[in-house]
Amino acid sequence: MLIPEWIAEPGLNHFLVVSAILFSLGIMAVISRRNLIMILMGVELILNSANLNIVAFSRYGTLSLDGHMIALFVIIIAAAEAAVALAIALNIYNRFGSVDVQQVSDLKN
Amino acid sequence: MELSAFLFYFFALLIIGSAAIMVFSKNIVHSAFALMFTLAGLAAFYALLYAGFVAVTQLLVYVGGILVIVLFGVMLTTRGYFEKIKTRTVHLLPAALFSMAIAIILITVFLSTEWILAPLEEEVFTVQGIGELLMTDYMLPFQVVGVLLLLAIIGAVLMATRVAGEEEPPSASG
Repeated sequence: MLIPEWIAEPGLNHFLVVSAILFSLGIMAVISRRNLIMILMGVELILNSANLNIVAFSRYGTLSLDGHMIALFVIIIAAAEAAVALAIALNIYNRFGSVDVQQVSDLKN
Repeated sequence: MELSAFLFYFFALLIIGSAAIMVFSKNIVHSAFALMFTLAGLAAFYALLYAGFVAVTQLLVYVGGILVIVLFGVMLTTRGYFEKIKTRTVHLLPAALFSMAIAIILITVFLSTEWILAPLEEEVFTVQGIGELLMTDYMLPFQVVGVLLLLAIIGAVLMATRVAGEEEPPSASG
């Protein structure tokens, strides 16, 4: 075959590389966007990349069903975090009139 | 090339492409819908990794719940027309350099480590094992996370219903 083996058979490293790229994109969203909702989406991306790592290790490594349990708990806590973060965003919008995090600097002044 | 390899590359392209659209799109509604494709592709990844229950939970909680919450957040925190919502991007070059550095470091570490690999087992059905673990080893975290969800929901409702300018909730005595 013309296709080398490391391309033809995706293994643990392929999933890890995808999750590393997702993590860096999430960091990019968190530190470069100024909208609070965009930052929230970046945090979700970071949580998902960590989850992909855990599930990949539970398939290829020795972390069998425990990895699935950890992934489930991460998903649950991400749901709670999203609900609380939306409530905080609504309060910020009510007080400051926008969700631009650069304008939320009352504690700094 | 096998079907699973083809599926892997298809969904990897879908995940990374739509995540990039999510990060770099000016329109926040487009970002939210790109995030939906990323999360659905990750659910497909979990199915490829024989984690069926995690895949279904990802679809239910993320695509069905968190994405709707994010869209509600977009709609409740903007004025004017929904289609014209633009957001700012600051420090684009330092942020890009920093996240590129993080990606390069992570990929280097991942590829240069000798992972301890277990022999692959053809485990098709994991739901029964997860249920037994939830009722035995993970009983305490399961209960604690239930209480945590309840607290988070009550807290979110209390915070979100407070109107600006009215700091104290009206007292019940009257």
